[in-house]
Amino acid sequence: MPETATSPLNVPPESKAPGAPALAVRNLSVFFGKNVAVKKVSLDIAARAVTAIIGPSGCGKSTFLRAINRMHELNPEARMEGEIKLFGDDIYSRNVEPVVVRRRVGMVFQKSNPFPTMSIVDNVTVGLRLNGVGNRKVLAERTEQSLRMAALWDEVKDRLHAPAISLSGGQQQRLCIARALAVEPEVLLMDEPASALDPLATSKIEDLIVHLKKEYTIVIVTHNMQQAARASDFTAFFYLGELVEYGPTTKIFTSPSQKRTEDYVTGRFG
Amino acid sequence: MALAVFVLVALIGYELARGSQPALHKFGWHFLFSSDWDPGSDNYGALPFIFGTLVSSLIALVIAVPISVATAVYLTELAPLWVRQPLIMFIELLAAIPSVILGFWGLFVMVPWLHDHLFPGLRSMLGFLPLFRGPDYGPCMLAAGIILAIMIVPIITSVSREILRSVPGLQREAAYALGATRWEVTRIAVLSYAKKGIFGAVILGLGRALGETMAVTMVIGNSPQFVASLFQPGSTLASWIANQFTEAIGDLFYSSLFELGLVLLGVTVLVNIFAQLLLKTFAGPSVKPQH
Repeated sequence: MPETATSPLNVPPESKAPGAPALAVRNLSVFFGKNVAVKKVSLDIAARAVTAIIGPSGCGKSTFLRAINRMHELNPEARMEGEIKLFGDDIYSRNVEPVVVRRRVGMVFQKSNPFPTMSIVDNVTVGLRLNGVGNRKVLAERTEQSLRMAALWDEVKDRLHAPAISLSGGQQQRLCIARALAVEPEVLLMDEPASALDPLATSKIEDLIVHLKKEYTIVIVTHNMQQAARASDFTAFFYLGELVEYGPTTKIFTSPSQKRTEDYVTGRFG
Repeated sequence: MALAVFVLVALIGYELARGSQPALHKFGWHFLFSSDWDPGSDNYGALPFIFGTLVSSLIALVIAVPISVATAVYLTELAPLWVRQPLIMFIELLAAIPSVILGFWGLFVMVPWLHDHLFPGLRSMLGFLPLFRGPDYGPCMLAAGIILAIMIVPIITSVSREILRSVPGLQREAAYALGATRWEVTRIAVLSYAKKGIFGAVILGLGRALGETMAVTMVIGNSPQFVASLFQPGSTLASWIANQFTEAIGDLFYSSLFELGLVLLGVTVLVNIFAQLLLKTFAGPSVKPQH
């Protein structure tokens, strides 16, 4: 790709997935007021693979993630420069509404946030209903399909109309994943999805992530090195808002080319 | 300290009951269902005033709830920052206007305006309902309801605003991330989360409306009669007590007014209990803090 030549960090050829990338990020900078949260980041994110974003707190990884579905714009001080293309479409183009971007790029948050006044099934279908899907058969099918993909179906199939908050913390997070999947997004963003969960619930979410990449492009921000190593195919290491290193996960964790990456993944700082 | 509140309410109830002994003794339960109020024959009944209290408060809620909730939503979700503070100050100012001044304004500005502009319009559009028929002289049940609405908008708005502000940001983000527009976010993530609290705010406003006296007395017309038409003068329990107290002659008259006070206390308590039950039945599971 010729445009990678203009980026400060060339995307290493071995990190290119076959086919076109799901996301092509070029010279992305994000500012909050006068502060720079993300500095001139360029990278390609492979389709149907898991890409982990790692780095110490405040390194801009969450902001980078939120820029991919324009969630950072909820902060009125936020401003961006650069370009992000989602399967070739410029998501910051003047005639693209953030609402449309967010329907194509789903998101799961650090803390589970099901809608507490809604039942389990209503939580799953809320996105579809917002899109005007009213057909009961379609909604029922999509509910089962999404809950199965989120590995929650067997646990809740007999109580779909129970309140969402009757579920355990780990189940609530999987419900949020099902809710995001129900609208069939092209990319799923996960912002430390397991950081508030116990080890058992965490390992379920990790299994789920590995399973989901067969159909979805996943970008996950994580603090947990083991999680990144276990669940991701590619890893990007951010530090102070800059992309330090990006490549296949095995390479980042076994033979990183940058000293700072090595120090971070081996736990010497961060 | 909390116990002191119970003791206080019990004492007030006791004093009212003591003051109304002669009337309680003479009329018994009949007092509640009689619509006579005749000092000539010393016959007294509370029904028109109970009716007036409930109807004027209901009118107030019908008008004030949509305005208050819409204002609270606008203030927390939609308004640009520079609009918020002045608007909040204005609403607080509205709450600070003494009731008698609102009554003055109501009697000399609002009532004539209603008589000249709003009532003819209502009559021509909704005249097929008995509610909007008959002659109007100015002061009436509808005017009382509107004054009450003005008085309870600030309290319902401020409490609702606090409730909406307490909705976690993560709830809003969850809806935004599904591609919801700002209005959809408000509907599915904010209002549904806050509906129980907003119901509580409405009950607070209702409590104020049921007992409000001065401004109502000035615009309701003070007539001890049943009114099917909202254009006709009526009375509430509170306004009738205030209106008649200086004119009370004879023990029975006096103690009947005391009993109206007792009934007002009872109505207020009953409405609150009813509201609590309604909340338990319809509002669904309570919202617990998120994990």
